[in-house]
Amino acid sequence: MLSLSVARLHHGARQSLRLAAVSALILTFLAVPVATGPARAEEPAASPPPAAPATPAAPAATPAAPAAAPASQMSGAAQPAKTLNVVYLGKRYEEPLPLSYAEPIITDKGIQGARLMLKEAKQAGRFVGYDFNLIEEIVPRKGDVAAKAKEILAKGDAFIIADLEPKDLLAVADLPEAKNSVIVNIRSSEDALRQEECRANVFHIIPDYAMRADALAQYLIWKKWPNWFVMRGTTDKDKEYVEMIKRSAARFGGKIVGEKVYDLPPGARNTDSGYQQVQGQIPLETESAPDHDLIWVADSNQGFGDYLLYRSYKPDLVVGTQGLQAIAWDPSYTEYGAMHLQDALPKIAHRAPTERDYTAWLGFRAIADGAMKSGTTTPKDVKAYLLSDKFRLEGFKGQAMTFRPWDHQLRQPIILGGGTRTPVSVSPQEGFLHPTNVTDTLGFDQPETKCKFK
Amino acid sequence: MIRSTITAALAASVLFTAPAFATTIFVSNEKDNTVTVIDGDTYAIKKTIKVSRRPRGVVLSPDFKELFVAAGDGDIMDVIDTKTLEKTRELESGPDPELMAIDPAGKKIYIANEDDSLVTVMDIKTGDVLAEVPVGVEPEGMTVSPDDKYTVATSESTSMAHVIDNATNTLIANVLVDSRPREAKFTHDGKELWVSSEVGGSISVIDPATWKVIKRITFEVPGVRPEQLQPVGMDFTKDGKELFVALGPANRVAVIDAATKEVKDYILVGQRPWHGEFSPDGKKYYVANGLTNDMTVIDVDSLKAEKSVPVGRLPWGVAVMP
Repeated sequence: MLSLSVARLHHGARQSLRLAAVSALILTFLAVPVATGPARAEEPAASPPPAAPATPAAPAATPAAPAAAPASQMSGAAQPAKTLNVVYLGKRYEEPLPLSYAEPIITDKGIQGARLMLKEAKQAGRFVGYDFNLIEEIVPRKGDVAAKAKEILAKGDAFIIADLEPKDLLAVADLPEAKNSVIVNIRSSEDALRQEECRANVFHIIPDYAMRADALAQYLIWKKWPNWFVMRGTTDKDKEYVEMIKRSAARFGGKIVGEKVYDLPPGARNTDSGYQQVQGQIPLETESAPDHDLIWVADSNQGFGDYLLYRSYKPDLVVGTQGLQAIAWDPSYTEYGAMHLQDALPKIAHRAPTERDYTAWLGFRAIADGAMKSGTTTPKDVKAYLLSDKFRLEGFKGQAMTFRPWDHQLRQPIILGGGTRTPVSVSPQEGFLHPTNVTDTLGFDQPETKCKFK
Repeated sequence: MIRSTITAALAASVLFTAPAFATTIFVSNEKDNTVTVIDGDTYAIKKTIKVSRRPRGVVLSPDFKELFVAAGDGDIMDVIDTKTLEKTRELESGPDPELMAIDPAGKKIYIANEDDSLVTVMDIKTGDVLAEVPVGVEPEGMTVSPDDKYTVATSESTSMAHVIDNATNTLIANVLVDSRPREAKFTHDGKELWVSSEVGGSISVIDPATWKVIKRITFEVPGVRPEQLQPVGMDFTKDGKELFVALGPANRVAVIDAATKEVKDYILVGQRPWHGEFSPDGKKYYVANGLTNDMTVIDVDSLKAEKSVPVGRLPWGVAVMP
């Protein structure tokens, strides 16, 4: 917190003032209990004098503790903090590379969002007698995640932010010792994790494919563009996404006029003079498509989707995994206070936030908020609060977000953007109605859930 | 072009006809980078003042001589002379100022700096920074108690009302409220502190004797989705008996009985009402509607919306000068 306070210097007066403010703050923490109670001392014993008006040359107004006092000194007088240890459990998976060599390869998606929330949770916790630790456990590509989880769970029930693919996630969730832990899925959109393979100890922050397809479909129907030509890659994720496009078409009145598999392997990234070949190839791939309003692409490997833009046989719009995307976080999203995350994450990560940074940040926030607002500390108690009707999570989407009790998926508005300089829209769209909660028009609603918690 | 000509024509006609000391209404237009100046008797537009980028919070000095405009994207606070309606100076507010409060004596201005999680206390005349108080993440709402003892800042991310002792500029209490608290207002007698929570959909009533939440007020309108009932701007009536609160996406202003804390009525206004203010005689309430680019005039006795005044794009805040 001290480093935060002195980090930004506007001009000299501000800096000397800031030191005075920091010194005064330290005194306050020594003099006044800062925890849950009404810390309202009329005349605290060591009340600091009011900060004097500053001139640029004025020294720190308070002759007090040095500004670089260790943080422990500040919490020294506070009531013993309730401490939560949050584990970030990940694995160094092989991930698709960005299509352009010019785009940096990001290897710390997710963990940076968790680190930012650690800072913010500590800042909030300070005021109400809570403290947080983040334990980073990212195993190597061939590492054993379940073994690492056993090690963590040997110390008792845990809060785990899971940056894991479905197989590893389930291996951890199914450990007998994980039964009463809270595991937060920030990475996988796989629908089965919310359906047949749902688990009572797993919460999903990241939207699944069904929600993403529904979010796009509602917008396309609202636009009266109901005829979709689907192009997909060959991965299981691509096939699953296409199934969800079909589901959305049936739900909202869209029509899939044709489906084409693009089966050239991704190969090298965009190479020298590569555009010449691509420019000739993509029209051929799209020439035979039946009449359609746009191309809906499912290309999780990022091998060809971006090539469709401006190169298709007809002047087509592209939506899906490239072009207009349905995402939890968009590089240009600024609404409902979202500039805060856009500004704050680069200060620690030296890059813009990604969707996984957002879901990690939000997953940690669900745990931290759940604990502080319920006054509890154990995973069991926090879980009860997360599922109660008191829980309302704020995450820059302009409405409170809650977990669906039938599959533990976070209800959330979904941004339509990604490939555009500004977000295009946010779903659910006006006019798509639901008897209880309009965001439940996105994804698996209660009547169609296949989730049975054991 | 056409619009500015019309505005100029209107302004000219008003200059010749309006009484000398009529009520003046100021509305900040977030998207237009302007403040619309409206005659409170005729609702004619007197002037549209160009200000710094993304004007939101607007507050008058207690002597009504100056209007302070927080320009979030300009990282600056514009100061407008209310007589000449010209921008006369700027205060270096720090990054992204949104809302601010002025002490009853008109000497100090308290500004929330979202970026730095600080409340900046500034000398209103010189612009000198008197103190900076670290608070929770994303401070937003600011208010000073009627007796000038306390300043309250709400932090959106941390979901707290932070209470600052004005004598020492130190924090003396931090009260957890519902998600994304926006505005804080003391009752006129200073015996209660009300805090609106936009995403939480509630108002928390706090007792300043203990700094504990003593009542949580929620909203319900048939046919309106619960997540759209988002309280933002709040104002107590002049007699202190009611609170008017804008409910944002619900397109309504709720009227709450300050004693029983029951919602008495919901008044349909324009789209996304955000902040409002009462007329000097307390008979009208003016509320800025962000999505319909207008200001609704509500009659306080009958609780009816009686007029819509077109202003600039994305109107946000309202200030009223007698």
